[in-house]
Amino acid sequence: MQAYYLKPPNVSWGLLFPLAWTGMFLIRSGQDSHSLLSVLPGMIALSVLFGTSSMLAVAVTFEKKAKAFERLLLSPIPLYLLMLAKTSGAVLFGMFNALVPVLLGFWFADLSGADWGMAVPAVLLIAVVSTFLSLLLAILATEVFEVQTLSNFVRFPMIFLCGLFFPVSALPLFLQPISFLLPLTYGVDILHHAIGGEQLLPPAVDFSVLAGFCLLLFMLSLRSINKHWIG
Amino acid sequence: MMNIMTGAAIRARGLEKRFGDVRAVQGIDIEVVAGELFGFLGPNGAGKTTAMTMLTGLSRPDAGSIEIGGIDCSKNPKAAQHLIGVVPDESNLYPELNGFENLCFSGALYGMRRDERRRKASELLELFGLGAAASRKFSGYSKGMKRRLVIAAAIMHNPPLLFLDEPTSGIDVESSRMIRSLLSDLHRNGVTIFMTTHFIDEAERLCDRIAFIVNGLIVRTDTVERLLQPVHGRYALNVSFSDAAKVPLMDLERAFPLLEFHMLPGGELRVESGEALKTGALVRFLEEAGAEVTEAKKRVLSLEDVFVEITGIGAGHMQKEKEGRGRR
Repeated sequence: MQAYYLKPPNVSWGLLFPLAWTGMFLIRSGQDSHSLLSVLPGMIALSVLFGTSSMLAVAVTFEKKAKAFERLLLSPIPLYLLMLAKTSGAVLFGMFNALVPVLLGFWFADLSGADWGMAVPAVLLIAVVSTFLSLLLAILATEVFEVQTLSNFVRFPMIFLCGLFFPVSALPLFLQPISFLLPLTYGVDILHHAIGGEQLLPPAVDFSVLAGFCLLLFMLSLRSINKHWIG
Repeated sequence: MMNIMTGAAIRARGLEKRFGDVRAVQGIDIEVVAGELFGFLGPNGAGKTTAMTMLTGLSRPDAGSIEIGGIDCSKNPKAAQHLIGVVPDESNLYPELNGFENLCFSGALYGMRRDERRRKASELLELFGLGAAASRKFSGYSKGMKRRLVIAAAIMHNPPLLFLDEPTSGIDVESSRMIRSLLSDLHRNGVTIFMTTHFIDEAERLCDRIAFIVNGLIVRTDTVERLLQPVHGRYALNVSFSDAAKVPLMDLERAFPLLEFHMLPGGELRVESGEALKTGALVRFLEEAGAEVTEAKKRVLSLEDVFVEITGIGAGHMQKEKEGRGRR
């Protein structure tokens, strides 16, 4: 994590981009605490999504190029354990990124009513699901910019379709089913429950679906590694 | 102290690997006895690295079976990986970590305790002449130092079986010599070594047995002694000419009936004999017959000649590869 933290692609996509978005929304919300609380879940999710995916893209691609991944695959450690260890850095980095909007939220709004017991596990699950989604994409690419480009095809639609800054119900009807196919929708919904904003589903359903997505994406990643890296 | 294996260290049967339409490895059998230093010799693209990646578990064979130390790799690949150390042809350590940290990390991958891996890392850094560079980042190492550290990392956990892919290619003479000496020491201590190389002289000097691989097929496997038997005590002279068309081959055969003459591709004449050759008489005869000799080089026949004889691949081809790799 220490080695990849300050790599340029990580700084630009993982740190600057979410920070700029958070700043933009804070300025736009002004002193309106209610408005800020309704966008804070989206800002947290965005920071986690971009943080984890950028960190993962850098870590996996650099290690693949340095052949360090081959060495890990040669070790007697089971593949699933290797990948859990390898992705944990990105998960932690994503969670650390979430602190930026949270701290700014404390500064600009009243977060005394927030349910952190629900928000923290939600942030963890969002970090895990975005990491595994990026892992799935990173396996197919050889350069960092390829992973970032592929990730953008997933990340940008999710900003608009997952209820980050406006509710899913505000989307045109034909787009709403797509929202429910994207894991971030459920993560953001839990954050809305915990912090503020319009809620879609009961938290238990959100947590279950999100955990299901984590498991599914991890299994698909392992399958893809077996196919593309071990062959 | 290294762990020691008994019986067959590697047993592979009918190993096959395809990449699209290309059959990189075509149903090869390999058996390496514990304690042996086994050489896998062939030109670039012969299938050496592909075979090695299958043996080490980095890729799966399309057909065939592999046993490492009696463990079936298709059923229990991770158990087999406990027994091996692997040195790939390219460095695979973390550029951001220093030499000591890289070795400690390698030990951790194999479950070594912290104090044990710190002690072993320091020991290996000294043994490989890298003690002074222990706290330097791996990215700042020279090619030779990198290769030495990669080998040290591969033996951190005392594996009884060591795989090396082109261990001395592209590095300086001093590092090559040190690596060869370290491999000999490991071999003497009972470690089984499987080494791919296209340096024929290196294979001849180090290996107990050698397999020649060409186009994904093993064309011969034997001990170095047996491979060298046909050329044992034979001498050769390579003669170059300004115009090879003027070489009077028939006249030469009549004048020197005890010698064997072969025209090599490129217009060189190869003269072979069971006795030491008298260069002067031959060159005089050729020049009197009108062939202008530009160079005459005496040499004792070696494994390189055996390789050329068996595989049909010119020594020049291997030499070019050798020079190409050296420049990298």
